[in-house]
Amino acid sequence: MTPTPIRFYQVGSFAVGNRLLEEELRTVQSDPRRANSLDRGHRACQGCGEALGARYALDAAVRATGGDLVAINATGCLEVFSTPFPESSWRVPWLHSLFGNTPAVASGVAAALRVKGRSNVRVVAQAGDGGTVDIGFGALSGMFERNDDVLFICYDNEAYMNTGVQRSGATPPAARTATTEAVGPEPGNPFGQGKDLPRIALAHGIGYVATATVADLHDLEAKVIKAMARHGARYLHVLVPCPLGWGSQSRDTIRLARLAAESGLFPVFEAEDGIVTSVRKIRHKVPVEDYLVLQRRFAHLFKPERRDEVIAHLQALADENITRYGLVAPEEVEV
Amino acid sequence: MQPPYAITLDVGSSRANKTGAWRVERPVYVDRLPPCNDACPAGENIQRWLYHAEAGDYEAAWRQLVDDNPLPAIMGRICYHPCESACNRAELDEAVGINAVERFLGDHAIARGWRFDPPPAETGRRVLVVGSGPSGLSAAYHLRRRGHAVTLVDQAEELGGMMRYGIPAYRLPRDVLDDEIERILALGVEVVTGRRIDDLAAEKEAGAYDAVYLAVGAQIGRRTEIPAGDSARILDALSLLHQVAAGDPPLLGRRVAVYGGGNTAMDAARTLRRLGATDAVVVYRRTPKEMPAHADELADALHEGVQARWLTTVKSFEGGRLVLEKVRLEGRDVVPTGEFEELPADALVLALGQDSDLSLVEKAAGVAVEHGAVSVDDAMETGAMGIFAGGDVVPGERTATVAVGHAKHAARAIDAFLRGETLAPPPRHPLATFDRLNTWYYTDADRQRRPELETARRRSTFDEVVGPLREDNALFEARRCLSCGNCFECDNCYGVCPDNAVDKLDLAASAAAGRHYAFDYDYCKGCGICVAECPCGAIDLVPEVI
Repeated sequence: MTPTPIRFYQVGSFAVGNRLLEEELRTVQSDPRRANSLDRGHRACQGCGEALGARYALDAAVRATGGDLVAINATGCLEVFSTPFPESSWRVPWLHSLFGNTPAVASGVAAALRVKGRSNVRVVAQAGDGGTVDIGFGALSGMFERNDDVLFICYDNEAYMNTGVQRSGATPPAARTATTEAVGPEPGNPFGQGKDLPRIALAHGIGYVATATVADLHDLEAKVIKAMARHGARYLHVLVPCPLGWGSQSRDTIRLARLAAESGLFPVFEAEDGIVTSVRKIRHKVPVEDYLVLQRRFAHLFKPERRDEVIAHLQALADENITRYGLVAPEEVEV
Repeated sequence: MQPPYAITLDVGSSRANKTGAWRVERPVYVDRLPPCNDACPAGENIQRWLYHAEAGDYEAAWRQLVDDNPLPAIMGRICYHPCESACNRAELDEAVGINAVERFLGDHAIARGWRFDPPPAETGRRVLVVGSGPSGLSAAYHLRRRGHAVTLVDQAEELGGMMRYGIPAYRLPRDVLDDEIERILALGVEVVTGRRIDDLAAEKEAGAYDAVYLAVGAQIGRRTEIPAGDSARILDALSLLHQVAAGDPPLLGRRVAVYGGGNTAMDAARTLRRLGATDAVVVYRRTPKEMPAHADELADALHEGVQARWLTTVKSFEGGRLVLEKVRLEGRDVVPTGEFEELPADALVLALGQDSDLSLVEKAAGVAVEHGAVSVDDAMETGAMGIFAGGDVVPGERTATVAVGHAKHAARAIDAFLRGETLAPPPRHPLATFDRLNTWYYTDADRQRRPELETARRRSTFDEVVGPLREDNALFEARRCLSCGNCFECDNCYGVCPDNAVDKLDLAASAAAGRHYAFDYDYCKGCGICVAECPCGAIDLVPEVI
C-alpha cells in the first residue's frame, strides 16, 4: 500500500469554507470579517445571481486592495436595486454612471487618481451584460485600447433584465426574451448572433481576461485577486443566473451556473497577456438538456413537443467550447 | 451638515429596508438522523465521533464513542457494521469504513492508556449482572458510570462470554479483549467468576440487589437427530470453539464436515482449517443467498479453502462416511429429493443454532420464557419487577452489537427504575436521506482498506486476519464522512446568500445557540439557495405562517 497524502475531505475545495482548512486557504466569503460590500436590505429579486456575484467580486477586491478601492457602476439592475435614493447598500466608495459610459467614467476616475498621486486607490467598474456588450461597448473598447488601469467586471445574466427581459448581445441562441418570442419556425433568439465578449477582450491584447461563475467561488475570488495584483486594463466576465429573466426557481441560481459550466455552454478560463493560461476543467460532464430544462426561457424546446434539432444545436455549441478550451481533460478516464 | 448641491437627503443604509417581509418560505437549520446512527444496534452517535476524528481529535472521538459502547476495539473487529450498509456514501462511491475507524480509535485508546471517567457520585444502589459477554460487560459499564454498585457473575473461569469462548482469536485477539475488559473493571466492578447461579430470584433476594440484568447469552449448541454409528465423532461447534479458546483443541482428523450456515458454522470451519483439517466442508440445506452467515465471513472461509455443499442435508454418519441428501427449495421450504451421496469424514461438527440455558429463571415469578427466549418490554424489563434482560437471551438478532445496545438501553431503564422514574426515550429525528444531499461539494475520495493476512499464514496460525488502518489513512477515511443531515461548518449557507442574511456566529454565540450560523429573518427573502447548496441537507425550507 502506498501512503495516501492527507487531504481536505469532506468538502475539499468546493464549499465556501471548511473547518479543517487553514484560514488563509478558505474563501474571502467564509471570513466573518468580510467586507460585505453589498449590504443586506438591497432590493434584488429572490435568488439574484448578480447580487451574489457582485458581493463575491467586490469583497475579494477589497481584500486584495486593503480597502483602497472605488467602484463605478453602470445603470442596470445592480444599480437600481442597490441604491433607491437615499438608501445605499454599498459599503465601498461607489459612483453611478450612465448606462453606456461606465468604462469612460472608470478611465476618468483612474486618471484623476493618478494625477492626484493616489494611484494606490484602485478602480473597479461593473456593469450588466447590456451595459457591457451593447451600450457600453464602444467606451469599453477604448478603455481596453488605452490600457487604462481599471478592472472591468461584467455580470452576465444574458438579457436586459432591469427593463423587462429584452434580448442583449449576450443572450444565448433559442432563449425566449420579451423581444425574441418563442414563436415561428425558429423560436427564441436566433442562432449565429451575439457577441463573445471575453474573446473580443482577448483580441484587444489586454493583460488579463477571465471568465467565472457564481457556482465556483474559489475560482472567482482567485481571479479577482489575481486581476487586482496587475495594472492596466483587465476584464472579468461572470455568469450570474437570473431567476426572473430565465424563469428558474430562485433556489436554483447556483445550480444553474454550475450546470452552465459543467455542460460546456459557459467556458470558464483565464488568459494572461493574450494567451489562455488555464481552464476550469469540467468535473462531471452533463448534457445541455440538464441545464436548459430548468429554465422557462427554454421551455419551448420541450413543450408542446421536443425540439431535438435545437437542443442538438445548443449541444454542438457546448461541444465546440469543450474542444476550443480543452474543458475535458483527455486523460479523464474512470480508474 | 449642509448637504452638497442638489442633494436633499443624507445617504442612508439599505438596512432600513426590511426585505424579510417578501418571504413566503423560511429556511431553518435542522438536525437529521444520519442513516449510520439509525442502523447502529448499539445506538452509537457515529457521525459525531467521526466529526471529532476528522479534526484529528481522537480522544474526543473515542470519548464520544464510548458514551454508547465501551468496547470499540472489539467492535471495530467483530461488528458486522450495519452502519456501513446504511451509509449514504455508498450511493456516491463506497460506504465510509466506519468499522475500520472505530477499530483505529479503540486501538489508539489502548495504546495511549485512555481510561473511563469515574462515576460522579455513588448512589448506594446495587445491581447484579449475570453473564459477562458483550451485554453483561456493557451493562456493568453503563451502570457504574451512573454510580451504581455492580456485581458481575459468570460461570466461566474468565470474563468475556462468547467474545472469549466463541469468537476465534484470528478475529479477536485476546489481548484486545483483556484490555477492554480491564478498563471496565477499573471503574470498580465486583467480579465473581466460575460461579453458576441456579435461581435468579433467590440470588437477588439473598444478595439484596436492587436490580438484576440477565445476560447469560445462548451457549448451548442445538442438536439434531442424526443416525450415527458408535465410532462416529459428532460434536457441536460451540464446544469446539470453546475447547480451542481454552487451549485444549480436540483431535478431529483431516476430513471434517460442519453442518449449518450461520456465522458459528463459518467460525468452526475456519478454525478447523487452522487445526490442520485438509477438508473442512460446510454442509448447508439452502443456498448462499439464504445463509444467515455474513457474506464477508463466507468469502473469508472460502478464501481459506473451506468447501461448501449447498442444498444438502445430513442423513446419517457411520464408519467414516457421511450420507448426504440433496434437497431443493420451494420458497423457504426445504424439500428432500431422495438423491443421496456420500462424503468421507472423520468428524461432524453441528452448527445448527444456539439456545439459552434459562433454568435460572424457572422459579422467578413473573419472568416469562417464550420459544426459548426471555420476554421483555420496551425498557428491557421482564415481568418480574427489577429483573431486566438483554443480549442473546431475549428475542431478536443475536450479534455482539445488538447485545451492547440492549445493555445500554437496559442500563438507562435500570437507572430510571432505581430513581423511581420511568424511562422517556428521546424523540427520534427524521432520517437524513441521500436525496437531501448536494453531493457536488464532496471531494472524490477512495475508500481506504485494511490489510489482510496472507492466505498461507491463515491456514496454520490463529494470527489476526484483518489488520489495522494507519493513522493517516484512518484520518482520510474519517473525512470521507458526508455528515448527512448535520451541519459540519462548511460556510456554504453563509457564503451563498445573495442577501447577505446569514450571520456566522462567534464561539460564544454559537455555543449559546448550539449552531454556528443564524438567519437574519429581517432580510432573508426566502430564496432557498442556502437550502439547495447545503451539502449535507441540514436546512429545511418551511412555509411561513401567514
